[in-house]
Amino acid sequence: MTVVVGCGAGFSGDRTDAARPLVDALMSYDAPRALMFETLGERTLAAAQLRRIKDPDSGDEPLLEEFLSPVLSDCLANHITILGNFGAANPTAACRRIQQLAQRLGHSQACLATIHGDDVRDRLHALDWQAWEGEKRSISALEQVVAANVYLGADALIEAMAQGAQVVITGRVADPSLALAPLCYYHNWAGDDWDKLAAGALAGHLIECGTQVTGGYFADPGVKEVPGMASLGYPLVEVERNGRLIVTKPPGTGGLVTEQTVKEQLLYEIHNPSAYITPDVVIDLEHVRVRQLAKDRVEVTGVRGKPAPDRLKTTVSFLDGYQGEAEISYAGPNAFARANLARETLRQRLALRCPANLRARFDLIGISSVFDGDSQLTAQTLQDAANDIRLRLAVEHADKSVVELATQELLALYCCGPAGGGGVRRHHTQRLKTASYLVPRQQVAPTVTLHGGEGNE
Amino acid sequence: MSELLHRYAHARAGDKGDRLSLGVFVYQEDHYAWLVEQLSEPNVAALFEHRGVSHVTRYLLPHLKGVNLVLDDALQGGVNGALNLDGHGKTLSALLLSMQVTPPT
Repeated sequence: MTVVVGCGAGFSGDRTDAARPLVDALMSYDAPRALMFETLGERTLAAAQLRRIKDPDSGDEPLLEEFLSPVLSDCLANHITILGNFGAANPTAACRRIQQLAQRLGHSQACLATIHGDDVRDRLHALDWQAWEGEKRSISALEQVVAANVYLGADALIEAMAQGAQVVITGRVADPSLALAPLCYYHNWAGDDWDKLAAGALAGHLIECGTQVTGGYFADPGVKEVPGMASLGYPLVEVERNGRLIVTKPPGTGGLVTEQTVKEQLLYEIHNPSAYITPDVVIDLEHVRVRQLAKDRVEVTGVRGKPAPDRLKTTVSFLDGYQGEAEISYAGPNAFARANLARETLRQRLALRCPANLRARFDLIGISSVFDGDSQLTAQTLQDAANDIRLRLAVEHADKSVVELATQELLALYCCGPAGGGGVRRHHTQRLKTASYLVPRQQVAPTVTLHGGEGNE
Repeated sequence: MSELLHRYAHARAGDKGDRLSLGVFVYQEDHYAWLVEQLSEPNVAALFEHRGVSHVTRYLLPHLKGVNLVLDDALQGGVNGALNLDGHGKTLSALLLSMQVTPPT
């Protein structure tokens, strides 16, 4: 038996018309199938927590209706289970909105499930924290914590499906678990069948970023051509009970599935390929092979699994000072010299006016907008050729007024800077930062809550 | 004669916290040994030195003809902490591909 899972969104800002061709393709399979939406990054969740603090009915995915309304009716009518982390900081609020949408579409009996237990903000002092390997900040050093969310695994999602949920709404769940859950449920894989779980989690990993495996984030004209960039097909993965998996996409859509697109996504955000840690299984990619079977069909084999980790990764979000950004343009003859003079003038003004602990960075957009370090430049500058340059200042400080003062100095370049500067923009935000820790699995207890429907009981 | 790595390999960048990962793959399978030679840990560390990278770890994936590079402290605070416009470091795959290399023979 084959189980097919599609992915209708790879991040919160993804194309909202993506899922329709996927659902058409899913409906043509004579096989169990599911549709996942992955809309939650470290940054998105932190922002959602802040929205929830301001408004208790908020904090879920803002584009929920846009993502779901084109496909919800067909999914409910055709046994295509939807699983999404679009609950973000408030799965209950997302559930309410999906219930209302289902009612409007004539499915008042829809059975929805929310998964809870990832939010451990109220248990900060009760959990046994350990810093994640790349984390230098101790949890006790963090002030103004606004969110703490554990990456849950597939278990509670599988339970929700067993109870008859047609839509499973989660907050922080490991991205691959959204695909692994329906695969485990339909294939009936044992919780310690590590090689199978690794195949299922890898299937999820490959599709969790949407088009990043079907030609999105891949095109490089002249070197890597991608057809149909405006109508990219979102991915489908066909997974057999023995763990063999094939990545493909709906017919008639843009993009492509090749060994190259699959390999780039295979290693995406992975550190040690022999030990990619998920809450459900540790994935070993060392012996993985990819093979093009036909146009837009790539087989992935050789994945192995190791026992799931004892501790689960947890993202802690905290408020930490303010960031300011401001920009001004210099164009035409001698633009670089004037932009450079503006930068040096601004540097002197900040030294004169702002506290020494102001963190600041200058970019000359048009020469380098992203490659430089905060205080050291890359060697690769083309300053002679550049004649349209935007000086960017970015600053950070605990005190908002210092940040405003610093960007004010860029604004003042209008009158006090080199000739011909224009187009100033200023922007200030409170900084929401994240840190990563590990907590013991047994201190985390995910729960399933059913809403509406008749269930399977 | 020196050329850009871009001609021989493709890459994708990913981030977790302040750690950057770069998956790099050759277009032609028989260039794999050459790629491994070019992407030594010291070579990669030198290319990203100005970003304050503290450590580079290289993982080889001969079945995929690919190399996975993990760079610690490459993102100057990461997506929620950096002052850089690209806090994720997503554009840094292109910085790697701008590496000057001696072409494979």
